[in-house]
Amino acid sequence: MPEGGMDRPLPIGVREPRARARRLVAGRGRYTDDISLPRMLHVAFLRSPYAHARIRSIDVAAAAAAPGVEAVFTGRDIAAACNPWQGNHALFPDLDSPPQYPLAIEIARWQGEAVAAVVAETRAQAEDALALIEIDWEELPAVVDPEAALVPGAPKIHPDRPSNLALEFTTAKGDVDDAFARAAHVIEETFVFGRHTGVTLEPRTIIAEFDPTEERLVVHQSHQAPHQQQDLYARLLGIPEHKVRVICPDVGGAFGVKLQFYADEAAVAVIARLLGRPVKFVADRFEAFAADIHARDHRITARLGVDAEGRIVALDVDDLFAIGPYSQYPRASVTEGGHIARLTGAPYRLPAYRARVRMVYQNKGLIGHYRAVGQPIACAVAERLIDGAAAKIGLDPVEIRRRNYLRDEDFPYTSPTGVAFEHLSLNRCLDLLVEKLDLPALRAEQQALRAKGIYRGIGIASFVELTGPGPDYYGQGQVRVSSQDGCIVKLEPSGKVRVVASATDQGQGTDTAIAQVVAAGLGVRTADVHVLLGDSEVCPYGGGAYASRGASIGCEIAFRAARQLKGNVLKVAGALLQMPPDALDIRDGAIVDAEKGVERLTLADIGRVGYFQQYLLPPDLQPELAVVQHYVPRDQAYIAGNGIQASYVELDPETGFVKLLRHAVVHDCGLIINPLLLDEQIRGGVVQGIGGALFEEVVYGSDGQMLSATMADYIVPMSSEMPDIDVWHVEAGIGREKLGAKGVGEAGTAGAMGAVLNAVNDALLPFGARIAQTPCTPQRILRAIREARARGTTQSH
Amino acid sequence: MKAPSFRYVRPTSLEEALDVLAQADGQAQILAGGQSLMPMLAMRIAAPEILVDINRIPELAGITLENDLVRIGALTRYVELEKSSVVAEHLPLIARALPHVAHVAIRNRGTIGGSLSLADPAAEMPACALALGAEIELVSKSGVRSVGAEDYFLGLYETARQPDEILAAVRFPAARSGSACGFYELSRRHGDFALAGAACTARVEGGALKDLRVAMFGCDDRPVLAKKAAAEVERRGTSPEALAAAAEVLAEDVAPTDNVNGDAETRLHYAKVVFRRAVAMLLESTRG
Ligand SMILES: Cc1cc2nc3c(=O)[nH]c(=O)nc-3n(C[C@H](O)[C@H](O)[C@H](O)COP(=O)(O)OP(=O)(O)OC[C@H]3O[C@@H](n4cnc5c(N)ncnc54)[C@H](O)[C@@H]3O)c2cc1C
Repeated sequence: MPEGGMDRPLPIGVREPRARARRLVAGRGRYTDDISLPRMLHVAFLRSPYAHARIRSIDVAAAAAAPGVEAVFTGRDIAAACNPWQGNHALFPDLDSPPQYPLAIEIARWQGEAVAAVVAETRAQAEDALALIEIDWEELPAVVDPEAALVPGAPKIHPDRPSNLALEFTTAKGDVDDAFARAAHVIEETFVFGRHTGVTLEPRTIIAEFDPTEERLVVHQSHQAPHQQQDLYARLLGIPEHKVRVICPDVGGAFGVKLQFYADEAAVAVIARLLGRPVKFVADRFEAFAADIHARDHRITARLGVDAEGRIVALDVDDLFAIGPYSQYPRASVTEGGHIARLTGAPYRLPAYRARVRMVYQNKGLIGHYRAVGQPIACAVAERLIDGAAAKIGLDPVEIRRRNYLRDEDFPYTSPTGVAFEHLSLNRCLDLLVEKLDLPALRAEQQALRAKGIYRGIGIASFVELTGPGPDYYGQGQVRVSSQDGCIVKLEPSGKVRVVASATDQGQGTDTAIAQVVAAGLGVRTADVHVLLGDSEVCPYGGGAYASRGASIGCEIAFRAARQLKGNVLKVAGALLQMPPDALDIRDGAIVDAEKGVERLTLADIGRVGYFQQYLLPPDLQPELAVVQHYVPRDQAYIAGNGIQASYVELDPETGFVKLLRHAVVHDCGLIINPLLLDEQIRGGVVQGIGGALFEEVVYGSDGQMLSATMADYIVPMSSEMPDIDVWHVEAGIGREKLGAKGVGEAGTAGAMGAVLNAVNDALLPFGARIAQTPCTPQRILRAIREARARGTTQSH
Repeated sequence: MKAPSFRYVRPTSLEEALDVLAQADGQAQILAGGQSLMPMLAMRIAAPEILVDINRIPELAGITLENDLVRIGALTRYVELEKSSVVAEHLPLIARALPHVAHVAIRNRGTIGGSLSLADPAAEMPACALALGAEIELVSKSGVRSVGAEDYFLGLYETARQPDEILAAVRFPAARSGSACGFYELSRRHGDFALAGAACTARVEGGALKDLRVAMFGCDDRPVLAKKAAAEVERRGTSPEALAAAAEVLAEDVAPTDNVNGDAETRLHYAKVVFRRAVAMLLESTRG
């Protein structure tokens, strides 16, 4: 029988296009905003114009009387019907984020925090009425800069907390100070990683509907995790969980932005309950920039010690992480800092390692989990320092990595921070990259062009990514986020297959991948499988989409469930054919004898007998033609993947503009389920990583006013500036008993920033200049060149 | 992001439109391609009482060549300019600038009159109008008047147009033989408004540049003719060193301030870069 990737049955490994793509391109997608319910109202929020201000009084009378307005709510009104929440995590017991409410009650703590809600017949009417709400504001000093936030005597964002320090933790292994004392060279750099955000094409959207006769809340929402939301609405609004249903229809991009519990969305659910009418909220682009979660915002000082041959002796990382005024809920904002502590330098042998993270409150939007959470920064920091060490010793960047990588004989390996890596294929990825890109030739071209005054840079960056987490992190953290997924696979009487799964899709093609593994596991064609996702009432309980778990967990369980169904089908077939089930197989929807492949029955025969003609079966054989299975990875805390990226850029030293010439990725994702989806996931991730490296920045003024609240000011990468992105794979096997896919959704993002940062710095080398701030805007690059000139460090070239 | 409510009228003749404007007491706003106005309405930056949609007024569109003048109706869309052989032949500067104006979808709707009326300081068409010495035709109930580009752009989004006037057309002198042009802009992404740009024209006489006009955009609160720097080029010649020296006097022509795109120093630096590069491209074009 023909076989897919890593000896798995077809159609595993086949380039199937995304099932939803055709429908979406034809304009037949159904996003939350496409849904209109009878008697539906629309809500618009009044948002704080200040980063930090007290609400002395609030007068909604004029707004309430405006045309079309049904009701106006303030923070107190909503809080009366909703418990507050705290973004804490029991693995970090010192984190005690203050209670957060749907609407600000007394003090608004970031510009854009919702403080009042107008509910009207149309959104336009609701917006008209917003202008009639009168608030007497008392502006408070805005705490924006994280270093200033920690200065003793700084204004406190939460007066009842000891300071603006939300959490500090350190993790260490080995005698770091002693190792540095012995190091032949120490490379130190202070990095500033700017804030950016996810910019989903479809903004956050929610419709909540409460039926008081049934006391039932139904929420349609553009979200990644319907069961998480079901749990939260039930607990925070005090509705029994079986009476809460969350449906996530087509979702137009999410990237972690749609993974959080948002205060304004909580308010919508409360309002629907208070009014007994469906209520819709669609975040507009201003609101998206002001109130969607942001990511990054780290200042990191890091030191790398190496011996005379360039072998790492110690790495020390100190992260100042500004998270906005609250730790986000329910996951807590700590993960991004945690991943930086966990993963900086992860590809390398690290005899001594220390990481300190300080999480700081400030008057900016909340920091949440955006694609690759912390990993791009962990990668960029280590890879910059490694290149710095290589330059200092005069080693090639490739060679210094080879000297320091974890090697095959090191696995299974436990990192200095206690993360288990079953296997990493670092050297294989590097070798493939060098070969495919012909790096020596590229270097030669770069050198030749330099002589002509053309400044190009090559950057490479290795990364380790933690995908598909098991229950250790959130479970032990007492955070009600499921790391399990479930899947129902059901044979219809006609022999076609339905799948209902807890994994979710926001454009990745998760449903297509699930259809493929079910087709492979059962022995049918992908087209004969229909997959339903995103309904908390119908789907088995599970975590939805986060941490690159769709393939590693969602597909794993779909494959297992399909195989179990296959067993059940063959039992029925065996009884009908009076043959032992293991002498039979299912291929292309037909029951065949396993040895010769001769067709004996069809799946439609099994369906007919199994549902209508059970009299043909022995009396003790109850056909089970639908199975449900669940899976949570227990063997490791995370499924670790790895890869390497390369960026080739050209710098215009006169303007500081960087042109991306080429980008390449070599990635090890274990089993490849669908090369088409896989490559596009990686390319999309790379583009977002490039965005963070060169373009995207949420800019706030020193008063906490957002200066980048439109798509004209917040620059997302666009296709004309993007280079061709080559993607190559290393399929390193993991456990044969498993499907064996590792996560891939974040790989592109995890490594791109480091690769681009290294490439830009490589191009800057002849000028004696360095840049360690993202995004590397032309102005910052020019400044770096200017400062190097002033220092007189320009190399002759 | 929903527009505030307004009255919408869609006149089918210029006459009718001018009547509405005359009676509106400054509370009307004209809708052309809508590529700037619609977002401004949605963001509630613009809140007119009456929206006067001029898209059904045929006499406002079209490109004609009369004597040595190219007259372009205000409602002519960028895409029509891109396709026009008259523009390609007689307004090579505009032809060069067009691909830098926004993106295809926006060029399908956006109009030259809209751009000249909006007067974004970083927009391409106003700068071209200035470099080419265009005449802008403004019509009202009291008749037609022509304003030279140098007197038309008054400040940030501010022009000589009165609220009861419609920009009906713009007249460009057609390129003469022996003339050349150059265009260069810096933008973070293709199609973005420029961080800085320069559009220039000159006559080439025996290897020297005469009547060099360099319109700088994205460098000040309006498009600005770099008269001092251009005079330096005519004086010093066109070697790279001479161009660099000429660019150094740009601070006397333009006065960039700090903005989200960069601080004043960087923006002035960019002005110098685009000045040199645009003039260099002009020179390059004369070498065939
Ligand atoms: C994403 C994006 C990128 C863009 N990038 C660029 C760019 O790089 N360069 C650039 O130049 N532009 C750019 N634009 C703006 C675009 O070119 C606009 O279309 C143009 O500036 C306005 O033309 P319009 O026909 O759309 O005018 P509208 O939006 O309809 O009107 C603009 C203003 O002019 C007034 N107006 C319009 N026509 C007349 C008239 N005949 N008489 C009097 N008043 C009038 C309107 O009342 C309004 O105040 C961009 C726009 C977008 C959305």
